[in-house]
Amino acid sequence: MISMLKKLMGCVREYKKVSILTPILMIGEVAMESLLPFVIAKLVGQIEAGCEFSVIVKHGLILFAMACVSMFFGGLAGITGSKASCGFAKNLRHDLYYRIQEYSFENIDKFSASSLVTRLTTDVANVQMSYMMLIRIAIRSPLMFISAILMAFIMGGKMALMFVVVVPILGFGLFTVAKKAMPLFRSVFRKYDNLNASIQENVKGMRVVKSFVREEYEKKKFNRAAEDVCMDFTKAERIVAINGPLMQFCLYANMMLVLSFGSYLVISSKGSSMGVGQLSAMITYGFMVLSSLMMLSMIFVMLTISAESAERIVEVLEEKPSLTNPENPVYEVKDGSVVFENVNFKYAKTADRFALSDIDLTIKSGETVGILGGTGSSKTTLIQLISRLYDVTDGSVKVGGVDVRDYDLEALRNQVAVVLQKNVLFSGTIKENLRWGNAEATDEEIMEACRLSQASEFIESFPEKYDTYIEQGGANVSGGQKQRLCIARALLKKPKILILDDSTSAVDTRTDALIRKSFREFIPETTKIIIAQRVSSVQDADKIIIMDKGRIMAVGTHEELLASNEIYQEVYTSQNKGGDDDAE
Amino acid sequence: MPNKDRLEKKVAGKEMPMDGKMPAGKPKMKKGMLKRLIVMLFRFYPVLLPVIVFCIIFSSIISSVPAVFMQNIIAVIEEHVNTGDWSTAKGEIFTWVLYLGFFYLLSLVSVFVSSQLGAILTQGFLKKIRGKMFDGMQSLPIKYFDSHGHGDIMSYYTNDVDTLRQLVSQSLPNLITSAVSVTTVFTIMLSFSIWMAFIVVAGVVVMTFVTKTIGGSSAKFFVRQQKAVGRTEGFIEEMMNGQKVVKVFCHEKQSGADFDVINDALYEDAKKANQYANMLMPILNNIGNVLYVVVALAGGLFLLSDVPNVSLSGEAFSISIIVPFLNMTKQFTGNISQVSQQINSIIMGLAGAERIFDLIDQQPEVDDGYVTLVNAVVAPDGTITESEKRTGTWAWKHPHQADGSVTYTLLRGDVRLNEVDFGYEEDKMVLHNVSVFAEPGQKVAFVGATGAGKTTITNLINRFYDIADGKIRYDGININKIKKADLRRSLGIVLQETNLFTGTVMENIRYGKLDATDEECIAAAKLAGADDFITRLPKGYETELSGNGANLSQGQRQLLAIARAAVADPPVMILDEATSSIDTRTEAIVQKGMDSLMEGRTVFVIAHRLSTVKNSDVIMVLDHGHIIERGNHEKLIAEKGTYYRLYTGAFELE
Repeated sequence: MISMLKKLMGCVREYKKVSILTPILMIGEVAMESLLPFVIAKLVGQIEAGCEFSVIVKHGLILFAMACVSMFFGGLAGITGSKASCGFAKNLRHDLYYRIQEYSFENIDKFSASSLVTRLTTDVANVQMSYMMLIRIAIRSPLMFISAILMAFIMGGKMALMFVVVVPILGFGLFTVAKKAMPLFRSVFRKYDNLNASIQENVKGMRVVKSFVREEYEKKKFNRAAEDVCMDFTKAERIVAINGPLMQFCLYANMMLVLSFGSYLVISSKGSSMGVGQLSAMITYGFMVLSSLMMLSMIFVMLTISAESAERIVEVLEEKPSLTNPENPVYEVKDGSVVFENVNFKYAKTADRFALSDIDLTIKSGETVGILGGTGSSKTTLIQLISRLYDVTDGSVKVGGVDVRDYDLEALRNQVAVVLQKNVLFSGTIKENLRWGNAEATDEEIMEACRLSQASEFIESFPEKYDTYIEQGGANVSGGQKQRLCIARALLKKPKILILDDSTSAVDTRTDALIRKSFREFIPETTKIIIAQRVSSVQDADKIIIMDKGRIMAVGTHEELLASNEIYQEVYTSQNKGGDDDAE
Repeated sequence: MPNKDRLEKKVAGKEMPMDGKMPAGKPKMKKGMLKRLIVMLFRFYPVLLPVIVFCIIFSSIISSVPAVFMQNIIAVIEEHVNTGDWSTAKGEIFTWVLYLGFFYLLSLVSVFVSSQLGAILTQGFLKKIRGKMFDGMQSLPIKYFDSHGHGDIMSYYTNDVDTLRQLVSQSLPNLITSAVSVTTVFTIMLSFSIWMAFIVVAGVVVMTFVTKTIGGSSAKFFVRQQKAVGRTEGFIEEMMNGQKVVKVFCHEKQSGADFDVINDALYEDAKKANQYANMLMPILNNIGNVLYVVVALAGGLFLLSDVPNVSLSGEAFSISIIVPFLNMTKQFTGNISQVSQQINSIIMGLAGAERIFDLIDQQPEVDDGYVTLVNAVVAPDGTITESEKRTGTWAWKHPHQADGSVTYTLLRGDVRLNEVDFGYEEDKMVLHNVSVFAEPGQKVAFVGATGAGKTTITNLINRFYDIADGKIRYDGININKIKKADLRRSLGIVLQETNLFTGTVMENIRYGKLDATDEECIAAAKLAGADDFITRLPKGYETELSGNGANLSQGQRQLLAIARAAVADPPVMILDEATSSIDTRTEAIVQKGMDSLMEGRTVFVIAHRLSTVKNSDVIMVLDHGHIIERGNHEKLIAEKGTYYRLYTGAFELE
């Protein structure tokens, strides 16, 4: 808890000044506000005593000045408070975002994109709100509470002792309510989230629901869940609803006590130890004391609710990037050779199954290597080790004769370009997207890369050519076009090793062949590693690796494998049999 | 982007009520909406609602009345303060205090009752309205879901229901309380002193003005803040989803710098919006204080200068009037600033109600079908009779309105499309003159580029959409005459994008046939080739799936979807890219299962991968809504047309 707060407070930084100033200003406001009834009591006393007109004016001016000061402090605190809380939120988002940039693939897998988005948005908003409450109201309420009690004692003397009776009653009541309601709310919020998740499931799967005529079934399912949420919610809210009457009860009790004792004091002392003005001020103070207590209990509830958000944020901030740069990194990648030595790999230390086992593999610089295998055969895992997106569990992976763990990460990844299977284009023009590969690329270089990846033809057909705007996720280009743009983006890096992870699956075989041809002709020195589903995509590679269940089953040329490897034969025939039979 | 809209709504819903003091802007009170909401509340709770409202009004009147008692008590004090004789004053004062106590007790009881009943009413109402929304939604046509973003639909249930909760549980009761209190207090004020009451009115005018000015600026910046939040959220979402690409391209620094620009802009807008909102409360409070002072001053002045008091009660100025009056001033201004804070959430709540009503008011899917599917027994002589029990044989029951007779047609799975035209929008046809004949047991395949109209055809067969021209007949019956539920029950569909539901694997398979036994489900899984991977799951068939089966691979999800369709055992199946995510080798393995699944059924297959469709009885090649080639594999290859080019890979399929 404390380390969590420390971590969060570390994000206040340049907003420390306003964060401290805000509560100080609040003190000013509270001081004025709690003095007001005191001065007014005096004024009433004076009027009662039948004073001069000028005395009234004097008091009036003092009071007016006090209200202005209070307004000034309060308004200013509003300004600094919002600056502090918005700034704090800004820093939180900044720190989260930058921390995520340091994450390795392993870290990213651990949280999922959507949970990271929630933490950066909803959770930060919750914490921002709590922070604002904390520096403004959480300071204001206890201060108000203390100063009002103080003033009550100064003015009412012994009479203020009744707070000693009323405050614990209210305090205990509020505390009990909060304590009882909190766990209920926590569980009901979770149920509520589940209910919404199931609505979402229904909306997304509406075609299935309608196809199977399951509308009535879904309604029943929903109503059961909704009933459950409703019952729990009602229970929790009914407990919280006790707060209002409880508060009123204390307030009323206080009023009655003040009026009876007060009248006694006023009359028995003939107005000397207490006047009517003071009596009325005591009522005001009573209200201030109790309402600030009520406010405090509300803040308490709010803070505990947003504590979960804070936890989620700190979790991201404290996650250590699982890959770090070595101390004296190698910056130069000599060539495009790749060597796997006795590599075993599993995604999590606790996983009982290895994703890759006993991998030994040598790829010479400039070779073209194809990788084939069914879903779940760990092809993708294999190539991700080359650019050190994950670290091996045992053994080593060497690029250019050096262990990948000895390279500067950026230097390594600039030389090993990976076109990921789940590839993403970002909203922006084609040119902007391609420049991810090389920020300084000239227009000529960009066009050259697109020619190699067979993308230039369709780009030229767009009215705005290379300045065509790509929508989020590349929604306005087809799958095959997207893949070719992604290849061009990787080519712009001018890497020593180029890895295509099933990157031409939506491209027709002819274009696919043209891409491979241009690789052969224009980037012969680059090592090319191609994962594919289609045999035709890897058929002419220097060697083909057959993978199954995380192991290399065979390595060889098309002819060798066709002669010796069962899996290869199977895949080859399943894709070619028909064509051979019929397409003469 | 639906997402951004949703977010903006969310932010609006979340931040404003918390920061409170929000903008009044131009309160566009949607009176019709409010009325409808209240009528609805009343319909749901014809007893509870009036009781609650009565309690609220009663307690707020009562809590204003004590000022009168106070005045009396102070008057007693005034009377006796000079003599210092407590014993004579005692009786009178205690009587008044007891009266006061009695009123307080009444108020307490009514507050307790109204808050307890209020909690019940609010949650019950929300449950009922959620149910109404959900039930209504189930009956909406697919078109609604195709034309509305899922995020938008979800925000009805999350944000809009939340704002409605705020409205029903807080804003409306507060508004009633404040309105009643203000009226009662003001009446008492008038009865004490009309002069002083005027001063209070002047103060209220100032407060309203300030609320309008500051609230207006605040509203302006809140709108800007919402836009900035939407922008930031959009950026974050895009980048988080592409984070792996960022890593691969070492783009971290640039991505961080881009984020800073957006983040800083958000900070600026958020800061301004909150500043105005934060300032409103202290300012209103202190105007209240100043008013308090002014009233005190005026009271003193009146008292000293012997101005004759004008009041409803006809009492003269005295300290016993001024002191309670001061307390009432505080109460009065407190209520006014309460209202100024509620206005915003009321506007938002009503906007939420409007959207919710909009969903509820949507036109449900129309179904004029009267031909139903019944269990049947076929006698040896060929006559078909209806059966109560499940016989495994189905027939279409076709009542004829003309002569009141009923004919039965055996369910066989003969589907014919005759010169069908269709467009999602009236002026933009996507299918032209499409004719497809599928005899019972035949396998018909559709091939063509994205947007060629393959999926559209299947949407028409199960009447997710209705055709513009032509005819579709199922076993010789025009499908418009068949009850939609029965039509769909006779069709099994496996879609490319599989949707599984939270629950066990077994429950997901059983979704196809709710009364299927475990054995039937397992048999269906075996048929679909899913049994193998299911038994390897940690808990086999009892493994819990969540988040659309996030713990399964896409291929495994598709196998489950096939099993789900298999257990339903429909005579006609539509497989829309059902095996697209299963790699060719696995597909070859499950092929046998698929073949036995398809056996004896009419099957429509849509596939990207030609090896999947090769063995079909008829292959239709679609292009821009026209069937350009038809025939079996051998025939189409021999024709050397589009199919041939597709097959030999010379053509790109998107």
